[in-house]
Amino acid sequence: MTLRGILRVIRRILGAPDYAAYLEHCRAAGHEVRLTEREYVREFLDNKGKAPRCC
Amino acid sequence: MRRLGSVLLWIAVSAAGAVAFGVLALVRGEPVSAAWLVIAAVCTYAVGYRFYARFIARKVFALDQRRATPAERFENGRDFVPTGKWVLFGHHFAAIAGAGPLVGTVLAAQFGFLPGTIWLIIGVVLGGAVQDFTILCCSLRRNGKSLGQMAKEEVNPAAGVTAMLAVLFIMVILLAVLALIVVNALKASPWGLFTIACTIPIALLMGWWMRSWRPGAVGEASLAGAVLLIAALVGGGWVAAHPVLGPAFTRSGPALTWMLIAYGFLASVLPVWMLLTPRDYLSTFLKITTILVLAVAILVILPPLRMPALTTFATAGEGPVFAGKLFPFAFITIACGAISGFHALVASGTTPKMIRRETDAPLIGYGGMLMESFVGVMAMIAACTLEPGIYFAMNTTPAALAGASQALAQAGFTVTPETMHALAQQMGETTLLARTGGAPSLAVGMAQIFAGFTSAIGGKELSSLWYHFAIMFEALFILTTIDAGTRVGRFMLQEIVSHVWPRFGETSWYPSVLLSSAAIAAGWGYFLYQGVVDPLGGINSLWPLFGISNQLLAAVALCVATTVIIKMGRARYAWVTVAPLAWLVAVTMTAGVQKVFSADPKLGFLAHARTLDPLTNPSAARMIFNDRLDAGVALLFIAIVGILVLASVREWWLVLSRRKPAETKEAPFVAVAAL
Repeated sequence: MTLRGILRVIRRILGAPDYAAYLEHCRAAGHEVRLTEREYVREFLDNKGKAPRCC
Repeated sequence: MRRLGSVLLWIAVSAAGAVAFGVLALVRGEPVSAAWLVIAAVCTYAVGYRFYARFIARKVFALDQRRATPAERFENGRDFVPTGKWVLFGHHFAAIAGAGPLVGTVLAAQFGFLPGTIWLIIGVVLGGAVQDFTILCCSLRRNGKSLGQMAKEEVNPAAGVTAMLAVLFIMVILLAVLALIVVNALKASPWGLFTIACTIPIALLMGWWMRSWRPGAVGEASLAGAVLLIAALVGGGWVAAHPVLGPAFTRSGPALTWMLIAYGFLASVLPVWMLLTPRDYLSTFLKITTILVLAVAILVILPPLRMPALTTFATAGEGPVFAGKLFPFAFITIACGAISGFHALVASGTTPKMIRRETDAPLIGYGGMLMESFVGVMAMIAACTLEPGIYFAMNTTPAALAGASQALAQAGFTVTPETMHALAQQMGETTLLARTGGAPSLAVGMAQIFAGFTSAIGGKELSSLWYHFAIMFEALFILTTIDAGTRVGRFMLQEIVSHVWPRFGETSWYPSVLLSSAAIAAGWGYFLYQGVVDPLGGINSLWPLFGISNQLLAAVALCVATTVIIKMGRARYAWVTVAPLAWLVAVTMTAGVQKVFSADPKLGFLAHARTLDPLTNPSAARMIFNDRLDAGVALLFIAIVGILVLASVREWWLVLSRRKPAETKEAPFVAVAAL
């Protein structure tokens, strides 16, 4: 696995924003890329905190 | 030939597990190696995962890898993201793992290592992992719907409302209990308080780093946060010894209580990226790393267990850590490591929206919970490697110790003041006596294991650092649960009140944000305060309430799962969820009734209230009120369980007797190839 792949795994485990995944999704689905990286990260981080962490 | 090899392998695994259980059950009067606990646990998990999880996946839910999951059908690159099974296993585990399996297990060690271990291992295989897995499957087949939505749609609307209220009440009790553990761990501990206080500016820095300075650089920010955290940990030793800073960071329980309430309120009203999210990343990093290191350290040094298999407190019910007999209190004290209703919220939250294939669900739902149970087993090992005298001296309040001193002496669980003083010095604390709540004794156990592991590089000298590292590790993720919980509680309250005052439901309207945050923080803060000033030790009264409420939520989840299984036309397999449900109802009802009506003042809230005389004790009126409030909360939980179980049984009866069509809200089948 490449370093990039390892970093992606860590991001997913942590629940961190992954702009590359967003770009891949847009490309695969044929969607227009609506958000810049900065906008994507802001939107992602602003929407966290709605799920409880377990005891 | 391959099949024969597989059969022989599983016979060998089963035999190894049986031998390990045999050793644990039969060896008496001498220390037992922790290896037997590890072997018993790992073999049972392996057999449970290979056979029982597969049975549920194939026969009960008929999981189909050709069926498209919500992650595929609704993929949006944000919430709905198809994720590899091992990555999602890590994500799910990080979300369900908290302080519960650590602390509850440590407290239950007062019964000896055997009852708690058996419940952790058998309970998870037949109950906890089944609950997590079945709710994950139910949500997966319903577009990732939440537990409350499924209760409303599959059982009835009243059950949905009851489940939502149950979650809110449980959240309040849960946050109070977890906060109490932090208060007890940081009380009169300048080193610990300084380290934890430093996590707030560190989190603020990380938040700014990730969102504004270098957007999305979570790895960088977390790494910087981890380095600063280590610096704060090392600096804490210097602060504690400083003539001015040391006393400044030495705080009483009530003072810490007010600080925590203020912190919970602020974390709820501040933007989520500023404090909550960076703390969450930091604590997840620390949690996964520490658990892995602890597992390796235990496996390398395999310490002997000094606590006996069974203590006299199991049957007498006169335990100094908490009152009550083994049944039902061992089974509600250890909640999260064996079965935890809270996990159903995660299993019907983010996880079902990320599963790539239905056939990945056993590893994530069932396997993730097995891992959580293993964390509980490690906590049991850490607690039971302590000398029993030290364990009881740390986990017993002075008031309870006075009553239990004879029983402790008869059992040989004694310790000299000199030993306790030397241990406190070794751990960098002024005292370790009456440090109730489970966290400090777990920290001492972990510090001894870590120091044993690092003995080649100066083990004893590192003990105080390891002790405060363990305290920081526990407090950090408890605080993450507290700030996330206060915020989620705020959203729930806003939603409930919005039915009568629509504007209150606007999550960005600041008067509503402030009022709802204050209400939730005041709710858990009140229970926390009463626990801190309770002379018998708040853990004694609050931890059972937490256990009852958490198991209540598990009962809600199992009611929903059973209803779904019956409506799927697989009633012949309903025992898979009905069996743990029946056990949980028996445990919660018995514990609830005993906590309210027991004639023993150490156990029953009302009996305790009757012993207080307002004429001779100036705080009696307040304590009587608190006892009655706790009794009311316990009765409320019993009523909620009763309503939900009756509503579910009625639904099952109507469907099974064909008085009602078996309509389930399962999403229609969409083949993977069709997407």
